[in-house]
Amino acid sequence: MILAGCDGDRTWRLQDYVARGGYSALRKILAEKIPQDAIIAELKTSVLRGRGGAGFPTGLKWSFMPRSFPGDKYLACNSDEGEPGTFKDRDILRYNPHSVIEGMAIAAYAMGAARGYNYIHGEIFETYSRFEEALAEAREAGFIGRNILGSDFSFELFAHHGYGAYICGEETALLESIEGKKGQPRFKPPFPASYGLYGKPTTINNTETFASVPFIMNMGGEAFLNLGKPNNGGMKLFSVSGHVNRPGNYEIPLGTPFAELLEMAGGMRGGRKIKAVIPGGSSAPVVPGGVMMDCTMDYDSISKAGSMLGSGAVIVMDETTCMVKALERLSYFYFEESCGQCTPCREGTGWLYRVVHRIEHGLGRPDDLDLLNSVTTNIMGRTICALGDAASMPVQSFVKHFGSEFEYHIENKKCLVPPEVQRAGSQIYVSPSC
Amino acid sequence: MLEIEIDGKQVQVNDGSTVIEAAAVAGSYIPHFCYHKKLSIAASCRMCLVQVEKAPKPLPACATPVTNGMKVWTHSELAVKAQKGVMEFLLINHPLDCPICDQGGECQLQDLAVGYGSTASRYQEEKRVVFNKNLGALVSTDMTRCINCTRCVRFTTEIAGEMELGQAFRGEHAEIMPFIEKTVDSELSGNIIDLCPVGALTSKPFRFAARTWELSRRKSVSPHDSLGANLIVQTKHDVVKRVLPFENEDVNECWLSDKDRFSYEALSSEQRLGAPMIRQGGQWKQVDWQAALEFVATGLRGVERDHGAASIGALASPHATVEELYLLQKLMRGLGSENIDFRLREVDFRADGKRAGAPWLGMPIAGVKDLTRLLVVGSFLRKDAPLLAQRVRQAAKKGLHVSAIGPNAEEWLLPVRNRALVAPSAMVATLGQVVVALAKEKGAEVSVALLGKLPETVSDEALAIAQSLASGRKVAVWLGNLAVQHARASELQMLAQEIARLTDGSFGFIGEAANSVGGYLAGAVPGAGGLNAAAMIEQPRAAYVTLNLEPDLDLANPAAAMAALDGAQLVVALTSFDSPSLRQVADVMLPIAPFTETSGTFVNCEGRAQSFTAVAKPFADVRPGWKVLRVLGNLLALEGFAHADSEAVRAEALAGDLASRLDNGVEGIVVSSATGPAGVLERVADVPIHFADPIARRAPSLQKTRDAAAPTARIAPATLAALGLAAGDRVRVAQGTASVELVAQADDGLAAGCVRVAAAHPSTAALGAMSGDLSVERA
Repeated sequence: MILAGCDGDRTWRLQDYVARGGYSALRKILAEKIPQDAIIAELKTSVLRGRGGAGFPTGLKWSFMPRSFPGDKYLACNSDEGEPGTFKDRDILRYNPHSVIEGMAIAAYAMGAARGYNYIHGEIFETYSRFEEALAEAREAGFIGRNILGSDFSFELFAHHGYGAYICGEETALLESIEGKKGQPRFKPPFPASYGLYGKPTTINNTETFASVPFIMNMGGEAFLNLGKPNNGGMKLFSVSGHVNRPGNYEIPLGTPFAELLEMAGGMRGGRKIKAVIPGGSSAPVVPGGVMMDCTMDYDSISKAGSMLGSGAVIVMDETTCMVKALERLSYFYFEESCGQCTPCREGTGWLYRVVHRIEHGLGRPDDLDLLNSVTTNIMGRTICALGDAASMPVQSFVKHFGSEFEYHIENKKCLVPPEVQRAGSQIYVSPSC
Repeated sequence: MLEIEIDGKQVQVNDGSTVIEAAAVAGSYIPHFCYHKKLSIAASCRMCLVQVEKAPKPLPACATPVTNGMKVWTHSELAVKAQKGVMEFLLINHPLDCPICDQGGECQLQDLAVGYGSTASRYQEEKRVVFNKNLGALVSTDMTRCINCTRCVRFTTEIAGEMELGQAFRGEHAEIMPFIEKTVDSELSGNIIDLCPVGALTSKPFRFAARTWELSRRKSVSPHDSLGANLIVQTKHDVVKRVLPFENEDVNECWLSDKDRFSYEALSSEQRLGAPMIRQGGQWKQVDWQAALEFVATGLRGVERDHGAASIGALASPHATVEELYLLQKLMRGLGSENIDFRLREVDFRADGKRAGAPWLGMPIAGVKDLTRLLVVGSFLRKDAPLLAQRVRQAAKKGLHVSAIGPNAEEWLLPVRNRALVAPSAMVATLGQVVVALAKEKGAEVSVALLGKLPETVSDEALAIAQSLASGRKVAVWLGNLAVQHARASELQMLAQEIARLTDGSFGFIGEAANSVGGYLAGAVPGAGGLNAAAMIEQPRAAYVTLNLEPDLDLANPAAAMAALDGAQLVVALTSFDSPSLRQVADVMLPIAPFTETSGTFVNCEGRAQSFTAVAKPFADVRPGWKVLRVLGNLLALEGFAHADSEAVRAEALAGDLASRLDNGVEGIVVSSATGPAGVLERVADVPIHFADPIARRAPSLQKTRDAAAPTARIAPATLAALGLAAGDRVRVAQGTASVELVAQADDGLAAGCVRVAAAHPSTAALGAMSGDLSVERA
């Protein structure tokens, strides 16, 4: 859907997008003066759920914006894609940036926002410039700016380049960062819908969420919902990485079996056995390979398997993977990316990393697994933002599903997966199709 | 009102309250670190997590708004488990060495760790080490102990008005630090010591000087600025070791200025005078009290006999107590002299005899929060009255519009919406313009007394100020120290009175010192035929009695004062400190107790009489000033010196309804719209915060702060250029026949044609009056 027709050259140009039917939804809405409520109702029908990770129904989120607020209202697009394993938003911005611009313009119309910002991750420079170019094109063509397409609706959209901090993907930290402050989450309440950017009502959505909006407006909410399955409407981009033959972004209907997605990605590398999958970005609990093979790729099924669909970053691990080492890497990431504001995360992420690190390096102690579980329990649900939970869930799930590997590490001061096997799995693999 | 049930107890709280506030009402203590009632909510320490009905997770009590019918458990299993979890996290990287920490025994973390910590640590890894920071002379750091609650950061940003501290770096590496190579220079910096819930920020002067449990605590009142901050003075073996704020929401809230907090060091100064001294044959000799007092009595009687009582004058410090001032004026009047004054830095006394009562702020201090418009005339507000400025800063955030008139525009760290930056000689005319414009805005007539006396044209700045005042609901005009010390102070008072009348607001005086109001109430001002402070210098007396002052620093014209005292036959100095200038001019020095060693009373700017008792035994052979004056009265065989205690003196001095004696009304001053001649350089003199009184001057740590830097000749850049000078040049500043050498400094917060040269400092004491013309040339 979003990336359909984006295989060719220069698909990011305005004329290409228009040729693919782009901006027709915005045109129609402005020409027919479709009421704001109707747009939000259509979104609710579509059951579009937030694509950034939390899966919150977008239509409901939009309806939280105070309609009669007298001052400025803002819109923010969260393109601060920093979750390890996730690389879908950058492809949307690279190959179909106008879908995001159109989606934001429609959102601005539906919520009465006059200004929007697209917060783009700090380490992707080419994508940022390409989005800036797309903005210039859209502004030139009158799709953003004053009196869009001759209507009395005006909307200004700006790109904002972040500085690379993972935490700025947390929506309130993102707002702080746009305001020029240190990227640290705000405590809630108040929520951004009442006190957001510069203290004004603000709605923040993920890039893919905004990019889906024009398609929903064109095909209708019902049709979008029917693409997926009930309560899990539409298509979704999955960033498949790890030990597969063809890692990359795959846009498939929600509810597609994981086995099919794995097949699309070329199956397991070297025909090895699947060991584990992190189905929704590094903060989602890991799911054993066997369980995963029975899942379908949608919010409800993955949730039933004890994990989260999250951002749709599917990290596939085969039998050559040492789960302790994998967890050590993940824990280091959260330790490094904690903003340091609130106590449990600031102190706890470092503690988790150090314990996992010492287990990996043969210095583990018998009660370390209990300690890890206890520390994660003390972090989860006690922090200002979700980073504490994000750091804890991998630890809990790795220990839960692969506890024996950790115990082996602690008892034998070495890895259950022999080093030569690990080395075989970590060789840089060139796909036969290349 | 909202209903909330906390730990099974029903309470009602105001709309918008948080759970932690409601818990305080219900009497439930919720452990916390980052929360502070005067600071914004951070919700970052997570110590105050509590269980809330229907909430899936424990919620921070400090940041959770009360909703009607909410049920909260602060000590349920869920809440305590969360609190203990947070405590464990706080302690993993915190040193567990309370016995060697200066905060030990008064540490919030230590206290709460007893209740919520465990006996042994599960954290076996290396602990974090954070390098210490240099925050200046007053605040000592032990940054490894920091728990990143950010109270200090929020204090500097929100209360002190300038972000001098911040949290740098992220995650576990986050640390609190000042800007690179900068210290914390706020005049309120010491409060971060109180706010710090751990031993990361402690008092540098007090560092390792005593343990909290060794100290006796006594209430007292600050003897410095006109606010009269309430103190807890802590002593060990009758030596003052530390000063902390005593919370009084109506006066200092829970804050102290650094001067209030750290000036105590001077009480142990080597310059404390420990015994009476007499000069005989050019030599100073220590004598006993009996001899000294008899010498004084004989001397005063001798001068009275030879030259008449009117040849005796008394000059008292506005930092003296009501009791001391009252007995001194009673002594003088008993001798038959009306020459007494405590307004040492004032020069315009035309309002004497025309006042309706004692000048004061004209409103309660706590009323600042209700003001909508404030005009400050001639004030170094932030340094002269730090905590009053702090209140204005908070009110400005809630919509108070502040305007200012004067030659100075240094940073007050609060928004000044309209400002007329004019030389001192133009202040009266500018205020007159505001009156003219204001009357027009209000469609009212100016008072008859001012008819024909006001300027005809109105500057844009004056118009903007008038428009601001005209649109206010609750208006006040404050006359600052520069206005009080102004050569035409009484005209400024007349005009301020007119503005208050036109706006139906109030007007008053910020006040120079702890007892600027009390001095009037104690009657320490000349009566009919008496000489005021300036006249006593201009017309030298044969004998002077001075109370707690240093003649080369504390008077309007120190050079003239020294000359007058030097030429007198007898100078009796009641003083807490020995000083070279007193040794030069005095004949007797009587050691009297500073505020910590005597009982007494200060009446602050809002007319609040605050009494205090001694917190320590007097040093050496020192006696309370009021007792010395009482005995002197007896020796001179005067009537009415039989007070048994200081309360009896106070009862006599402050008899009746005090409030009814406060009145800023003034009549019969002729106002002129004249301005000074063009082309002359005018002196603007501030009294630097840490030089304002003999105690502050001798506090070593205060003297190391940036506020105590040596005075420079501050000149507006354009004026500096017109003089052919550059910033950093050494210049000779001459006033009359005297001159001093200073470094020129460009100051864009100064009116053109003005040179700001601080008073009350040894390096500038040789110059004359605090106002007037001067010349500047390259040295």
